[in-house]
Amino acid sequence: MSEANASATRITPGNALRPEDIALEVRTGLAKPSEDIAEYALRLGDDALILAQRLGHWISRAPELEEDIALGNIALDQLGHARSFLTYAGGAMSNEDGTAKTEDDLAYFRREHEFRSVQLFEQPNGDFAVTIARQFIVSYYQFELYRRLTESTDPTLAAIAAKAVKEVDYHRDHSAQWVLRLAGGTEESRTRMIHALRLMWPYVEELFRDDDLVMRLAEAGAAVVPSSLRGDFDRLTGEVLREAELEVPDVPPAPGGGRQGRHSEHLGYILAEMQVLAREHPGATW
Amino acid sequence: MAAQNLQSVPAEPTAEQRQEQADREGQAYFDRIMAEDSRIEPKDWMPAAYRKTLLRQISQHAHSEIIGMQPEANWITRAPSLKRKAILMAKVQDEAGHGLYLYSAAETLGHTRDEMMDALIAGKARYSSIFNYPALTWADMGAIGWLVDGAAICNQVPLCRASYGPYGRAMVRICKEESFHQRQGFEILLELSNGTPEQKQMAQDAVNRWYAPSLMMFGPPDDDSPNSKQSMAWNIKRFSNDELRSRFVGMMVEQVKVLGLTLPDSQIRYNEDTKKWEHGPLDWNEFQEVLAGRGPCNAQRLERRREAHDDGAWVREAAAAYAAKQSARMQKENAA
Repeated sequence: MSEANASATRITPGNALRPEDIALEVRTGLAKPSEDIAEYALRLGDDALILAQRLGHWISRAPELEEDIALGNIALDQLGHARSFLTYAGGAMSNEDGTAKTEDDLAYFRREHEFRSVQLFEQPNGDFAVTIARQFIVSYYQFELYRRLTESTDPTLAAIAAKAVKEVDYHRDHSAQWVLRLAGGTEESRTRMIHALRLMWPYVEELFRDDDLVMRLAEAGAAVVPSSLRGDFDRLTGEVLREAELEVPDVPPAPGGGRQGRHSEHLGYILAEMQVLAREHPGATW
Repeated sequence: MAAQNLQSVPAEPTAEQRQEQADREGQAYFDRIMAEDSRIEPKDWMPAAYRKTLLRQISQHAHSEIIGMQPEANWITRAPSLKRKAILMAKVQDEAGHGLYLYSAAETLGHTRDEMMDALIAGKARYSSIFNYPALTWADMGAIGWLVDGAAICNQVPLCRASYGPYGRAMVRICKEESFHQRQGFEILLELSNGTPEQKQMAQDAVNRWYAPSLMMFGPPDDDSPNSKQSMAWNIKRFSNDELRSRFVGMMVEQVKVLGLTLPDSQIRYNEDTKKWEHGPLDWNEFQEVLAGRGPCNAQRLERRREAHDDGAWVREAAAAYAAKQSARMQKENAA
């Protein structure tokens, strides 16, 4: 693709905005995120990256071939969103040689406390019900977030969100269908689904926490205020749970802190595995 | 008169006679299809041995796709760049898709996917021996793509013309995706070969380990391949094992130069008389050992499949129970 054709608005199907397009825009100065925007993109990118890493583990281990494919697809979508957000975030950060940080610099060469993902995304896969419970919460949250982010005053964030929201809509459907099946299937599956929701629900609250950064960005119309998503999230997840004859778990929220780099014990292991090869060969290309 | 007339009406043929007649007509139709080199479809008559051969071959092929996901899935979480991670995930996902088409094609011959999966897990069904070798380094993702998928393509392109319709059609789609996989594998090796000395060494080591096993993917030498002749007569197999192996060596010997690597075989040469590529001796004892279940990863691969299957049993039961409840509810609503 020629540099002149690079544009954050290339989001039609088959001509979607790719991380490579964003990298080109960053290199040519066409897209230049502020530090605030970069930090915000890093948050969303880290969420998606950590989830992709978790979901990728299911491939070849799922209950049915169809689920190897479905979970693999969701992982791939999340990885695609992560690559776009991280590439954009890197546009405001420099390496020692003055070049912009790439998606790989950010994914492979940051330490645990430098990751900005919230703690829900790093929670272990558990059994299939736990993975579905996590995915159910994530998909409804991300759908509401990306839907609003398509109207961001930042054209790159808006373009990434416009692609992502279409994909996350399918993730929502997939997880809701499984919540219904597991809740309404056998006694065992229902017990597992109830347990899984109780395990994951403490991490819901952190998704909707506001802080100075998002308020500053929201003021300028660039970011979405997390707390503003809570109403729709509760209403829409509530509809599915009601149909499944499940209750919203009554559990206290986890302390959270992922946006400030405070993580659960799990993230260290995820990074150890994800980063090991890249760190064995610093400076290598693949 | 009336009695005489009745006597002249031929007796109704017995069920057995009707079957014999249908078999004769079926065999004639089948022979014509083979002679015309056109296609048998699921509801057509076919000889029992043809059905059995295809069932074995297609289900083994499906199992190979499913077991073959494992050595590559082994590197998804450690892929050294996000782009490579995405490509690898998509590739392993493709393999699950290939397994699905192939199980579906096999189901048209009368076995259910559950039956085939049970046979695999019970160790009663075979899959390609190549997947019983370990994927030890990232370069193995390149070598598997380039050599293993490359050999698979050589084997599978002729299968697109296989006489059994559902198999041939599944292979068309599979071959398209496999050719991407092979190019991706080549690209991984090329990048490593042009990288640091450690990366280049990693690439050469992977090629050294996967070369001979990939050549053995074509099956035993022709004079030791008892089923080949019948499969060729049935227009399932089009070229002999040795013929395909020789073609593959000829392709690789050129491509490895572009990679800047070498094949671990000093005896590769083009025979001007036979117009065929020749290679050094292969360790067929090792092949037989791996085939017999004594390869480096046989137990591990089967155990992993069994574990996924067993761990997922409650999910499949839940889905089936839910579907049954839904359909009962619909029936009730329709009746009301």
